[in-house]
Amino acid sequence: MNLVEPEMQVATAVKPILEVEDLRTHFFTRDGVTRAVDGVSFTVAPGETLGIVGESGCGKSVTALSILRLLPARLGRIVGGSVRFEGQELLSLPEGRMRDIRGNRVAMIFQEPMTSLNPVLTIGDQIAEAVMIHQGASRSDALRRAAEMLRLVRIPDAEKRVGDYPHQFSGGMRQRVMIAMALSCSPRLLIADEPTTALDVTVQAQILKLMLELKQATGSAVMLITHDLGVIAETCQRVIVMYAGRVVEQAEVLELFDAPLHPYTRGLMASIPRIGLGRRKRLAEIPGIVPDLRKPIVGCAFAPRCPIASARCRAEPPPLAEHRPGHLAACWHAGEMP
Amino acid sequence: MGAYIARRLIATIPVMLVVAVCVFLLLHLTPGDPAAVLAGDNATSDQVAQIRAQLGLDEPLWRQFGMWLWRLMQGDLGESLFWGKPVLDLVLERAEPTISLALTTITFAVIIAVSLGVLAAWQAGTLVDRLIMGFAVLGFSVPVFVVGYVLIFVFAINLRWVPVQGYTPLAEGVGPWLERLVLPSIALGLAYVALIARITRASMLEVLAEDYVRTAQAKGVATRPMLTRHALKNAAVPIVTVVGIGVALLIGGVVITETVFNIPGVGRLVVDAIQRRDYPIIQGCILIFSAVYVLVNLLVDISYTFFDPRIRY
Repeated sequence: MNLVEPEMQVATAVKPILEVEDLRTHFFTRDGVTRAVDGVSFTVAPGETLGIVGESGCGKSVTALSILRLLPARLGRIVGGSVRFEGQELLSLPEGRMRDIRGNRVAMIFQEPMTSLNPVLTIGDQIAEAVMIHQGASRSDALRRAAEMLRLVRIPDAEKRVGDYPHQFSGGMRQRVMIAMALSCSPRLLIADEPTTALDVTVQAQILKLMLELKQATGSAVMLITHDLGVIAETCQRVIVMYAGRVVEQAEVLELFDAPLHPYTRGLMASIPRIGLGRRKRLAEIPGIVPDLRKPIVGCAFAPRCPIASARCRAEPPPLAEHRPGHLAACWHAGEMP
Repeated sequence: MGAYIARRLIATIPVMLVVAVCVFLLLHLTPGDPAAVLAGDNATSDQVAQIRAQLGLDEPLWRQFGMWLWRLMQGDLGESLFWGKPVLDLVLERAEPTISLALTTITFAVIIAVSLGVLAAWQAGTLVDRLIMGFAVLGFSVPVFVVGYVLIFVFAINLRWVPVQGYTPLAEGVGPWLERLVLPSIALGLAYVALIARITRASMLEVLAEDYVRTAQAKGVATRPMLTRHALKNAAVPIVTVVGIGVALLIGGVVITETVFNIPGVGRLVVDAIQRRDYPIIQGCILIFSAVYVLVNLLVDISYTFFDPRIRY
């Protein structure tokens, strides 16, 4: 086994646009400290599409919010680690400088298109706002840019619809507006947090396709957060699998689907419904539940649910190590079959 | 929109009619012979008979009501028993101080209360929030007359910053006019400020937890526009509702405030009329106050469309 630190692994020719290192975000609630993100490290290369996958509560959204420092105030706090964007440390940046980056160099698309747009402001004004803030454009120039963005995300009658309000748009249309808003300042990195989860399946495909087309056109990197391995397979180049606030596996997308190393990843793949599996066969599931993140986890967080867990797994946390070229997994028994 | 306003105006007719019935019955539900009550303790029987004839009190009740209502619809609120002048004239003569007091109070109260409420919501859970909300509870609990006398004692008598009492018409300059309105406005507005600040905080807290506030922050919007443009506009509907409902609080307060600060307004007219049992004035003023309240709340309903594009009439 070849133990390599993750940051060394990505020391390729291109300098990464985003470097997250040992990020720790904790939530301080009345019931105790929840370690939502507990030592996450990864990088995103310029123009790359990185997928982050994991079930609800694994810390993928919190990771995204931590990068932009948008955690709910006084509740969630980044307690350690480092987030470097284009070589600049974001976690120690003054709030004013951070605002210059948000929506400008790094933009974000959220899960809920129905509630993520302000109901009392026009679509045009909401898109134009970012352009006015970051590019110092006048309102009329910014509104023209807004109409242009709406055309780009294929909203018919874009010029007329800039004056409309969010309630006059459908869910899919609103997510297009969110994409238009996020891309209005041509960000270098687009963080999409479950952008299609709340949409109809048919609309999902359209939105993903649109996002990737625009990404190609603008050359921005994308961090796509999802719980849907199908979405990952269709869109991403590299994948990170998260479990209980930690990265458990990281690989190129084809490699991951071909030869998943972590038992959790294998469990996720086994639980995807497939046509032709036979009618009688029950869909596989991962037994047990996600661990309580308020309690300290000794050993591997997945051990209680793992079919191949050993005594070592329960005692000692496995490091994220490179088991095959470019393929990292945090498992003492990586690749072993149950 | 026009049709909606017309519909709402028509809907105020039954409301005002109920008010009119209550106001009319005010005189007749008073124990004893209204004419004798009106004439007072030392009146002769001739005087009582004269009053009875003057007011048409010897007619059947329904006829009295019908005649009273008929005159009312022609804008005739009756004649004061004490002044011998039409009630409407008396009210109009005293309207300026009352309108001045009400408008300055509402303007400053809304500005201060909304600012405090937004600040408290933004700083929720901190010392600032607790101080503002503590002040709000206090402001709502202390009666107008206590606040009024304390203000007079401290700022007019001890510090001599402003005149003690009275009213200077606007025609004599904005400075002197405002100078005498400062203390009464504070006394009158304190409970109003407390009410609006509390509802502003509650409404803002809810809005600040919404996804679109996070979207605004993700766009790089600074704190101030985030609080006002994005959050406050969404929080506005409950706030303007309470501003409208709170006008009832102000109407009650005006009567006391004008007495404490010796302002010759409609409130004083009512207090004096109550002491003199000048029923036509009491009745007329209740009707006018009710109409104002109904109209203010109609305006509030219409203002919803300005804040929230989803509301269309």
